Amino acid sequence: MTTPVLAPPSAVTTKGASKRRSPRDRRSTLLTVLLWILAAYFLVPLVWLLIASTKNNADLFSSFGLWFGARFSLIDNLREVFSASGGVYARWLLNTVIYAVVSSLGASLLSTMAGYALAKYEFPGRSAVFSIILGSIMIPLTALAIPTYLMFSSFGLTNNMLAVIIPSLVSPFGVYLMRVYAAESIPDSLLEAARVDGAGEIRIFWQVGLRLLGPGLVTVLLFTMVATWNNYFLPLIMLSKSELYPLTVGLAQQQSAASAGSATQALFSTVITGSLVAILPLIVAFLFLQRYWQSGLSAGSVKE
Amino acid sequence: MSALVARRTSHPLRRKQIATAYLLLAPFIVVFSAMLIVPLVYSGFLSTFATTLIGGTKFTGLANYARAFTDAEFLSGLGRMGLFLIIQVPLMLGLSLFIALALDSGRVRGSSAVRLMTFVPYAVPGVVSTMMWGYLYGNDFGLIGQILRALHLPAPNLLSSQNILGSMMNIVTWQYVGYNMIIMFAALRTIPVELFEAAEIDGASQLRIAWSIKIPAIRNAIMLTVIFSIIGTFQLFNEPSLLRPLNPAAISSSYTPNFYAYNLAFINQDINYAAAIAFVLGLFIALISYVVQLSTRSREGDGR
Repeated sequence: MTTPVLAPPSAVTTKGASKRRSPRDRRSTLLTVLLWILAAYFLVPLVWLLIASTKNNADLFSSFGLWFGARFSLIDNLREVFSASGGVYARWLLNTVIYAVVSSLGASLLSTMAGYALAKYEFPGRSAVFSIILGSIMIPLTALAIPTYLMFSSFGLTNNMLAVIIPSLVSPFGVYLMRVYAAESIPDSLLEAARVDGAGEIRIFWQVGLRLLGPGLVTVLLFTMVATWNNYFLPLIMLSKSELYPLTVGLAQQQSAASAGSATQALFSTVITGSLVAILPLIVAFLFLQRYWQSGLSAGSVKE
Repeated sequence: MSALVARRTSHPLRRKQIATAYLLLAPFIVVFSAMLIVPLVYSGFLSTFATTLIGGTKFTGLANYARAFTDAEFLSGLGRMGLFLIIQVPLMLGLSLFIALALDSGRVRGSSAVRLMTFVPYAVPGVVSTMMWGYLYGNDFGLIGQILRALHLPAPNLLSSQNILGSMMNIVTWQYVGYNMIIMFAALRTIPVELFEAAEIDGASQLRIAWSIKIPAIRNAIMLTVIFSIIGTFQLFNEPSLLRPLNPAAISSSYTPNFYAYNLAFINQDINYAAAIAFVLGLFIALISYVVQLSTRSREGDGR
């Protein structure tokens, strides 16, 4: 491991400011146009989704994708999303929130404790443990999903919320990120001072460590939350009861019913509006927590 | 670090710290072992058995592996992912790097808006983005076809056997350019200004600064995105499983190795062979990641 060569998160913004004042700074029209074209590529499908969710099923087929249909049906569609199949969508939404919040809180707490221990204590086996964790980042989690399913199934734990939550608690990348972040943002002298004051090690972690690890923690929290919120493979194989599904599995099922043409069960307009509702919470979370995750990432991305 | 340890000579205190470190690590290690190490070992164990209708489940040693390496379906899926790796990953990461460098150069108007717009697709679940692009590609109310027809251009069938891989590459690119860009951008922000200020004053072009100073400085971050992309590519599952209903003829049940393993385990009920496939896939990913890391490291050694 090389020594980290990164600026503390606060320096990131300072640097940006000093750069902006640079006399050589000039805007480039060509670059601006290019980048905005690229940005349009990323945004247009979502604009399409937004507009499509204001159309009823007939308008979807008959009107241009990037403009509104004859009728504005967003409210009707939303009502249909939440009332179809006895209102199961609300249940999926709630499940998704439970899976994502519990898993990400658990994963970030475990990662933070482990990362802090690896960064701030010298103990036998430290480098071995860290190497194993680093190496495991390369293990494809879905390659493990089938044996994990078999294990859970032999304990009778499939079709259970824990079957989705427990495997999601492991985030080797989170440990790595928190280790880097703890090494950078917690000065040893501060810990020594707390020890001199007679604080116990655990109390030092909770009161000194956690406070300084804030942005790193939010970063791991957000990224593990996205991973669980968006996870499809694991809940797909672990769950067969519709009332335990997260949104991803539920929507996929509705979609296959819609494309199979069983219009009595699901309509495209319902799936599309349901998809829109499913993506809004995460987008909002990312927008509001921007400052945290961006500075947290800048710490983790510098090292191997 | 060793100096730090030497200072803490008082034995009980040192022992207390070691105990704290283990205590903090323990929860992660327990879940890590149960959800990563045990399934890995279990998967290896399962893969040495075979179930036949007449003989029941019997130990067959490496027979499943011999079968995997001569299984045309598995190998063609692996080959398809190899193609994906060679074409899509460089395209995606090149785009990410270009956007990150452009935003970092401070020459783009509205750069923070562009940064967010590029990143938003990452917050969209793979299930939703695949379904959404499926609609955009489709013939019924596909936006791409609508636009091409409006321009009196022939609309290709984007879901045909020849085009489907490219269509999947587009979905993955759309989803992950922003994520990789953010990792690179965050690393770029931590480069000390002094490193390139002198070059700027000497009149070096932005291109030259990017190539000779910035890209080498964020090599580790780029490496990280390469490794993550390799892992992601070989695990592709959502795209084939959700696009298949739209054109079953173009996407076989073994279209990607991960989709194949899933179908083997849950449709064919051939758990043992599925475990072997998953294991080979995992080894394959680890091997490729390792080779890629090794090759860049030796190149780095040559350069100095």
